[in-house]
Amino acid sequence: MTEVDRPVTRRRGRSAVLAAVLGATLIGGVVLSAMVGQLPVAPGEVLGAILRAIGIETAWASDDPIIDSTLWAVRFPRLVMGLVVGAALAVAGAVMQAIFGNPLAEPGVVGVSSGAALGAAAAIVFGITAFGGWAVAAFAFAGGLLAVLLVYFVSRASGRTEVVTLLLTGIAINAFAGAGLALLMFAGDTSSREQIVFWQLGSMNGARWPEVGIVAAIALVGTVAAVVLARRYDLLSLGERAARHLGVDVERLRVISIVLVALLTGVAVAFCGIISFVGLVVPHIIRMAIGPKHRPLIIASAIGGGVLLVFADVLARTLVSGADLPIGMLTSLVGGPFFFYLLYRARRQSGGWA
Amino acid sequence: MIHRHEAGDVCVEANGVMVHAGEVRILSDVSLSIVAGEVLALVGPNGAGKSTLLGVLAGDRKPDHGVVLYDGRPVREWSHLELSRRRAVLTQENSVSFPFRAIEVVEMGRSPWGRGGDFDRDRTAIAAAVAATDVTHLLDRRYTALSGGEKARVSLARVLAQQTDVVLLDEPTAALDLRHQEEVMRTARVLASEGRAVVVVLHDLSLAGAYADRVALLAEGRMVTVGSPDEVLTAETIGDAYGLEVQVIRQPGSGRPLVLPVRT
Repeated sequence: MTEVDRPVTRRRGRSAVLAAVLGATLIGGVVLSAMVGQLPVAPGEVLGAILRAIGIETAWASDDPIIDSTLWAVRFPRLVMGLVVGAALAVAGAVMQAIFGNPLAEPGVVGVSSGAALGAAAAIVFGITAFGGWAVAAFAFAGGLLAVLLVYFVSRASGRTEVVTLLLTGIAINAFAGAGLALLMFAGDTSSREQIVFWQLGSMNGARWPEVGIVAAIALVGTVAAVVLARRYDLLSLGERAARHLGVDVERLRVISIVLVALLTGVAVAFCGIISFVGLVVPHIIRMAIGPKHRPLIIASAIGGGVLLVFADVLARTLVSGADLPIGMLTSLVGGPFFFYLLYRARRQSGGWA
Repeated sequence: MIHRHEAGDVCVEANGVMVHAGEVRILSDVSLSIVAGEVLALVGPNGAGKSTLLGVLAGDRKPDHGVVLYDGRPVREWSHLELSRRRAVLTQENSVSFPFRAIEVVEMGRSPWGRGGDFDRDRTAIAAAVAATDVTHLLDRRYTALSGGEKARVSLARVLAQQTDVVLLDEPTAALDLRHQEEVMRTARVLASEGRAVVVVLHDLSLAGAYADRVALLAEGRMVTVGSPDEVLTAETIGDAYGLEVQVIRQPGSGRPLVLPVRT
């Protein structure tokens, strides 16, 4: 059975390379992100601070309280926020692509992010205080869920979604959410207006530990759930009927996945605004590297999404000195052309909009 | 839990199945028994309701009237997983959304039996399925890059790897060349000889005549007749059902019926 073994071995080789690359860029990104800023910190001091936090004293650790507070109060929360938001968005993208059976489905492209932003904006403008401090996140989740349900039921046919339908649905939802946001900005006061604008651009500026904790918890739960469902997503790519024939409860899988996508996207948008294309680009690159099997795909996407956002955030902070560029703008700047390339490739390969 | 059938046992039974799509009646009062150790060919003109009946038998489609029983128990009462260990289905449409390799697609056929279960059994099942469908040279290729006939054979390998007692095949020979058509039908015979119940939707009546134990002829949503190839494949019965004058001749050697349109 050597023929059967060969691709598996090669796949493992590629996975090992990918794991090494992701690990190295993750560590590099973490250290780099903590180093740069108004107060430069040496790489050794960053590692020293992290090691000290887990109880390992090294000579590297700085005793300067300013460095310590810069790292722990400003840079680390923002850094971790980047990691968990990137993970949440990339996993949401991978799950969405799995249930739509289409590699171009992404929370931003199909309007889920703007739906979530609309919900969050409504909570802000109307000053809703239900659910304690969670009103914004809860409304973002509700908006995202509504949008994802809408896309799902409008654009699906017999287990698959055509690109054209998907994109047109996205246009419709984005237009509607855009109008809703405009109305809310018109109706809201200056401070809420500012907050809404800030969202649409997307940023991780001013991330604090409690918020980071919420996003991290949901990203973790969502990723674990997606990994548990991964094998079923593999079967789903055979089409809904074939998946059912192989024992998958497709209806239940759909519902769980839709909630998962809304949760992951909603929480990311609620705290960091619209950061587009992470959910599209990351799973796609990972799929090209190690193939479409969903378990490794989702795990690697979570890490890759985090790494991507950490680097994007470093760029956002350093490209223009003294200014904090919106990270959503940066990801769209890179993601837009990439999306274009994917469309071009998909069209050339299948000879149409398959 | 899974009890094996003896040849001749009824595995699946459809009783008085009726299916509507809006005003149109797709199946009316169709009853059929599927028997272990037998290849049953489901034939009939386009739009006769063959695929719908197969869908109903598979438990995909709930009939408006009537019932489908697996081992005497209504199919609705079986869980998805139980059913997936009992019956495998090859549908006409076999596209895969992502560029999985052919071997990964075949491996998916083992999923009802769980991971980490019986690794050796998985391997032998996959190896047997791959050999039976002649896809060894395709295993490393991306499924999405295969030709129509190659996709059909890889999908058939996936269905065989599932190793169920009931195998439902919807036009498995449609996209295949002459040699592979014969091989698929021979595989169906092997499955039947192992005691499995095989239902094959076919358009080629001569293939049905050559390989089926029983032929079920559907026309306009009704079961016209069920019987041995010699009983069903007559010039009169087929001519009526298809609205075409046909002649039935015997293949020299096997003596099996060959159905040919009358041509001048």
